[in-house]
Amino acid sequence: MAVVEEKSHQDNPLVEGLERRPIHPTTMVIFGGTGDLAHRKLLPAIYNLAHEGALPERFNLIAVSRSEMSDEEYREGARDAIKQYSRREPDAQVLDKLLEQVRYVPGTFDDDSVFDRLGEDLEQFDRDAEVAFNRVFYLSTAPSFFGLIVEKLGEHGLHKHDDAEVRVVIEKPFGTRESEAKALNRQVLKVLKESQVYRIDHYLGKETVQNVLAFRFANGMFEPIWNRNYIDYVQITAAEDMGIGRRAEYYDSAGALRDLVQNHMLQLLTLLCMEPPVTFDADEVRDEKVKVLHAVAPPEEDEVVRARYTGGMAEGKEAVGYLEEEGVPDDSTTETYVALRLEVDNWRWAGVPIYLRTGKRLARKVTEIAVTLKPVPHLAFKADGSVGVQPNQLILTVQPNEGVSLSLGAKIPGSQMRIRPVNMEFLYGTSFLSQSPEAYERLIMDAMRGDPTLFTRDDEVEAQWRIIDPILESWEKDKTPVFEYPAGSQGPEEANSILMPGHRWRAI
Amino acid sequence: MPDAAATWSGEDVAPGDVEEALRHLLQEQYARDNAHAPARVLNLVVVIDREWRGEIMNRLEQVGRYHASRTILCTVEPRRETIDASVVLTVEGDADRDGLALMRERVMLAVGEKHLPKLDTIVDPLVVTDLQTLVWSPHGHPEAVDALLHLSQVVLVDSVNEPDAASALRRAKELSEDAYVVDLAWLRSTPWRERVAATFDPPRLRADLLRIDSVTVRHHPQSRVAGVLFFGWLGSRLGWKAGSLTEANGASRGTAHGPRDDIALALETESDQAVPGLAGVEIHTSSGSSISLDRGPGGLVARRRDKKGKEQRWSVLGASRGEGGILGEGIRQALLRDPTYAGALDCGEALLR
Repeated sequence: MAVVEEKSHQDNPLVEGLERRPIHPTTMVIFGGTGDLAHRKLLPAIYNLAHEGALPERFNLIAVSRSEMSDEEYREGARDAIKQYSRREPDAQVLDKLLEQVRYVPGTFDDDSVFDRLGEDLEQFDRDAEVAFNRVFYLSTAPSFFGLIVEKLGEHGLHKHDDAEVRVVIEKPFGTRESEAKALNRQVLKVLKESQVYRIDHYLGKETVQNVLAFRFANGMFEPIWNRNYIDYVQITAAEDMGIGRRAEYYDSAGALRDLVQNHMLQLLTLLCMEPPVTFDADEVRDEKVKVLHAVAPPEEDEVVRARYTGGMAEGKEAVGYLEEEGVPDDSTTETYVALRLEVDNWRWAGVPIYLRTGKRLARKVTEIAVTLKPVPHLAFKADGSVGVQPNQLILTVQPNEGVSLSLGAKIPGSQMRIRPVNMEFLYGTSFLSQSPEAYERLIMDAMRGDPTLFTRDDEVEAQWRIIDPILESWEKDKTPVFEYPAGSQGPEEANSILMPGHRWRAI
Repeated sequence: MPDAAATWSGEDVAPGDVEEALRHLLQEQYARDNAHAPARVLNLVVVIDREWRGEIMNRLEQVGRYHASRTILCTVEPRRETIDASVVLTVEGDADRDGLALMRERVMLAVGEKHLPKLDTIVDPLVVTDLQTLVWSPHGHPEAVDALLHLSQVVLVDSVNEPDAASALRRAKELSEDAYVVDLAWLRSTPWRERVAATFDPPRLRADLLRIDSVTVRHHPQSRVAGVLFFGWLGSRLGWKAGSLTEANGASRGTAHGPRDDIALALETESDQAVPGLAGVEIHTSSGSSISLDRGPGGLVARRRDKKGKEQRWSVLGASRGEGGILGEGIRQALLRDPTYAGALDCGEALLR
């Protein structure tokens, strides 16, 4: 990551020692500027960057959306959103100054006049400042508009800019099937170079996820055992206690597999299984991640279980089943839970089952990677009168409490050599002085400074879909049943069927 | 405000008593609620005058999320003969809601001046082993800092508190021979340094760095040293050879020798400024262009004039961190290393010779 920055600043002796390297003056354009994501995440993230002095020295923002309103009306809406969703109380003066640089362009994304006006506004910012501003187009719209907007940017010559960079951030989901993702890549790359495209998966912006890399590659003690000789199996869990809320329309068309497995969970898998990159340069890291994805075969039908929640108790209250949720069609077959068994078929990991599971309305909210080591080859102690020696487990918890725990066998005090497992726990929160910035703050800043390390590359997103697509195809043919589990439970019993002998799911 | 989880106090105690009390309190607290996890990252040893205890404790409260894990506050009373101590474990956050609440430890030691030359023997048993230890002595007491140097890795200073700029830089340099120095006067200038670096970052403007022919810095009346450090930073990064800087009528003027030309330096006092630190920076080049930065609402006001005299003005966004924020940043910086401070210190000190 640092390599990209260093190259661009190497002739400026004043940047050494600065934690925040200069970012070229930038105009950011949010397509879908009145949407939920813009209000809840993007605008507060931009404000927080401004508050900390982390935005480029000169910064403008243009929002594009369908609603008809003036610049001033948009600014007021943005002010309210920032006040409501910012992680800190906004400073009135900073907020005023930020909003002074905000403009609004109303219209639909297929309307050429919208792009004409956008082009004029962008030019005007440049002319007024006598600087060619970098341009970051953030596509925070329904996925069906991604290709269209990129095409329009190309048609209106906004995909390039003399003496400055143009970058396009594309929200998820990037396609809903492999064929769609490939078609979208083709459409986008007709207009832009891959180096201009920043496919966002906000999960990668979380400090906690980046810490998986730090844990693996900054600690020499784990590398010798990080392979098939010592690791028995791996479980990656992303469990939520909440239901689908008011997202029925989106969720019923997506389901758990598309919502979390295709992107977030496969990203965790790649970070866990990738080889150490030579440097943390964007393409070095992404090359290694893609190699992992290429080594994963799509699971067979009996290696996948899907299910949906029924009524039960969740978050301490009565909870309705998925089919009773508002907006969910009666005949829905959408899964709210999925568990699958994968294998990374390479020298390091061959033969190690990697179990992924995710679901809504499970017993609690937790995202973790559990690595179970093989048992010791010979045990001299008797297990009589104790639970005996259990395999060591290394747990990397991503949320809610980021940390690492290692289960060890220890002697129970007494005259006999009886063993029980004990946990050695380390929580990142106990060892760092600062709270993590929001994932979107980090990713927006990375896009502005041109560091794509934490964004998904074209071949990476296609490789993810290659694993997931056959599952969706099989489900479309109704070959696999949708099992059920009560809200607030550990998930469906049937999930045990994909476990290899001797393996078990960790309690959520 | 954090909640007190457990407390202990004693009069006329030995350091071992305090260490034992800490251990017991931690064990008891963990047995009571294992969701209260002790933070483990940094020891902070603060040496202060007894009568200013409240003010310093307020400042420490304001650092917010940058609290050290274990703070050992040594309050000095001139004629005190014995050591009194108290220990407070405080809990931040809601373990019920977050599943974990951070527990921090504060030890208060009432000591006399006679204890200061050997303060290390009192503090040593109380710091968490293997963690970085940061020493801060805002009311002077250099003998205490010298005693603690061998068990600390980082010393926090605020050069604006020294009687004059030359002695401030000399002291910081002395300390930096034994420990890493974090200087609050330096941290206050970070946004200014970031913005000047950004100004010259576009490749077409980098050549102007060699054409700088004058720099004027305005500062709070007590913050002359911050201006000198700023000159020192520019000089050390741009390869200037120090000339001289002389003070007259509340302002300082001098020169540095650049690779091409001499650079006129000026430090001016901004008597209206209420907070310590810089008030404005103005840089001119021999090609006729200039850049200036001044404090303004919501950040800094930047003005650039090109060689034809055309001026542009814009706002560089950023909220004031306040003195609490600066102290918090100082504590955070104890975990980092800024390779440019030492060069700025050397160059600044040479300017004042």
